[in-house]
Amino acid sequence: MRLVFDRPQSLADVQTHYCPGCTHGIIHRLIAEAIDELDVADRTIGVAPVGCAVLAYNYFNLDFQEAAHGRAPAVATGIKRALPDRVVFTYQGDGDLASIGTAEIIHAANRGEAITVVYVNNTVYGMTGGQMAPTTLPGQKTTTSPYGRDTDLAGYPIRVAEMLSTLVAPQYIARVAVNSAPNIQKAKRAIKKAFEIQVNDNGFALVEVLSTCPTNWGLTPEKSLRWLEENMIPYYPLGDFKVPKEVE
Amino acid sequence: MSEKLLMRGNEALGEAALKAGCQLYFAYPITPQSELPEYLSRRMPEIDRVFLQAESEIAAINMVYGAAGAGVRVMTSSSSPGISLKQEGLSYIAGAQLPCVIVNMSRGGPGLGSIQPAQSDYFQATKGGGHGDYHLIVLAPASVQEIVDLTILAFDLADKYRNPVMIMGDGLLGQMMEPVSFPDRSDVVLPEKPWATTGYTGERPKNIIRSLELQPERLEAHNQKLQEKYADMIATQKRSDEYLTDDADIVLIAFGTVARICRSAIDMAREKGIKAGLFRPISLWPFPDESLAKLGDKERTFLTVEMSCGQMIEDVKLALECRRPVHFYGRVGGIVPSPEEVLDKIEQIVAGRCEA
Ligand SMILES: Cc1ncc(C[n+]2csc(CCOP(=O)(O)OP(=O)(O)O)c2C)c(N)n1
Ligand code: SF4
Ligand SMILES: [Mg+2]
Repeated sequence: MRLVFDRPQSLADVQTHYCPGCTHGIIHRLIAEAIDELDVADRTIGVAPVGCAVLAYNYFNLDFQEAAHGRAPAVATGIKRALPDRVVFTYQGDGDLASIGTAEIIHAANRGEAITVVYVNNTVYGMTGGQMAPTTLPGQKTTTSPYGRDTDLAGYPIRVAEMLSTLVAPQYIARVAVNSAPNIQKAKRAIKKAFEIQVNDNGFALVEVLSTCPTNWGLTPEKSLRWLEENMIPYYPLGDFKVPKEVE
Repeated sequence: MSEKLLMRGNEALGEAALKAGCQLYFAYPITPQSELPEYLSRRMPEIDRVFLQAESEIAAINMVYGAAGAGVRVMTSSSSPGISLKQEGLSYIAGAQLPCVIVNMSRGGPGLGSIQPAQSDYFQATKGGGHGDYHLIVLAPASVQEIVDLTILAFDLADKYRNPVMIMGDGLLGQMMEPVSFPDRSDVVLPEKPWATTGYTGERPKNIIRSLELQPERLEAHNQKLQEKYADMIATQKRSDEYLTDDADIVLIAFGTVARICRSAIDMAREKGIKAGLFRPISLWPFPDESLAKLGDKERTFLTVEMSCGQMIEDVKLALECRRPVHFYGRVGGIVPSPEEVLDKIEQIVAGRCEA
């Protein structure tokens, strides 16, 4: 019998704590596949965020550091500057990266730190119970926007990929989604490319991944995928926002 | 020891850090310590080390976290408002047991305060600052040479205990120029760090740098382990200096810049026939309470002098266990007390015109 699918080596053989249907798990697998395919597991160091992925280090067969809320890009900077020949990536939610950690991500990107950032946007603070995030869609109900996000009060959702692509130093910035098999394939390619940029060109790369939070959205896993497609993708268009010069 | 060089405190501190093997330095500009990043921005590229100006003190301390976790010697520096911003990071660093050195050339507060020297960050440095049960080792130099010696010691202690160590100075010490010499460290072998995140090759279990522990029993055990470390520091790392204490009827307690002023005041008092002496804590945490308590065995009066509204005095009173009167003299707002003012206070106390 031919083996067509197996757990990537870099992914630990353990059960995760993620809720059923949560797409954090898919994103973990894509990262592990990219690391395996590039054969860099023995020199890769991950940085975990504060958020539902705080325990990410349990799910990868990699050395890991757990950062304070929002500070992962600064922690990754410290690691990369100390060990420039290692591969360093952060895994951050939208509350972590686009709210409390905006200064850290903008400046790591602006310095062109040779790190890979996987930015998981699920429009809410998942871990703390689904409160409104800077990425919550206009009108979207959350536990702290029970009447729906009022843009007069809370402004509009931040498009991180677009915002960071105005900077000169970053080499690769893309937005992908993990709501369907074809989109997962595209997400895989983008994540792998974001690691390749670091390994080959020593540049900054960020992939924003549109992800689901069935628990806090109050939807079934299946309906969550549809909600992502119908509501998130129109506001957060998919695609490459910044690509290295030679492939432009 | 090298030949004597005339150096400013902030610059001597930077050079001492390099001698101690500091590979990376991250900081954000703030007066009165900017000569330190300026010096290191010039020196570090010359010897292939990393100087990086961070976007904030928060970023700087988290860069320190990452680099320390990667197993290299690393330092950051700031002054009071910036040190406040570093407190979250310090708590994480202490929790994750990472070695690093933090310099506070402290200035007047609260808030933006002033850029003049102060010692009003004593509570913050010695009693916590960030959240959780943790301690920094806090070292307070009183001369440029001592800045050099304590900076090197700070790196060694940080590695020994896997704990952050703070150098507590003030604007005056940082700006002061004095002759210094640097020890020869060329044959010093730095300790191995098998716990560092350098990449998981399968030759050891994977290394995780973290402070999260959701299981209460495990977090309690982790705290107990930290407390054992602190107990060892308390047992072995208390440091202090004394000047003319043997026959003193009045003992002044002061650290850093203020200790130098007190020495002058003591010399002036002695000329007037008043037997005064000085007890100078060098480690602010652990506080050298036993040596101070010994001075309290004899019938004498104590006077704590600080550039604060009275912070170290609490540790002085605890050490003396209310057996002796403890007076206080403090100036704040960036005002440095003069030897004459301190002498005046000594004379008032000796004349019985002050209540402790
Ligand atoms: C300084 C600080 N503030 C607040 C928190 C509480 N907190 C924990 S996780 C989290 C939100 C994480 O949301 P996000 O980054 O979107 O990740 P998700 O859980 O949605 O994947 C918050 C606010 C914290 N741990 N630290
Ligand atoms: S709370 Fe939301 S983001 Fe967190 S694990 Fe559950 S579904 Fe996923
Ligand atoms: Mg989120």
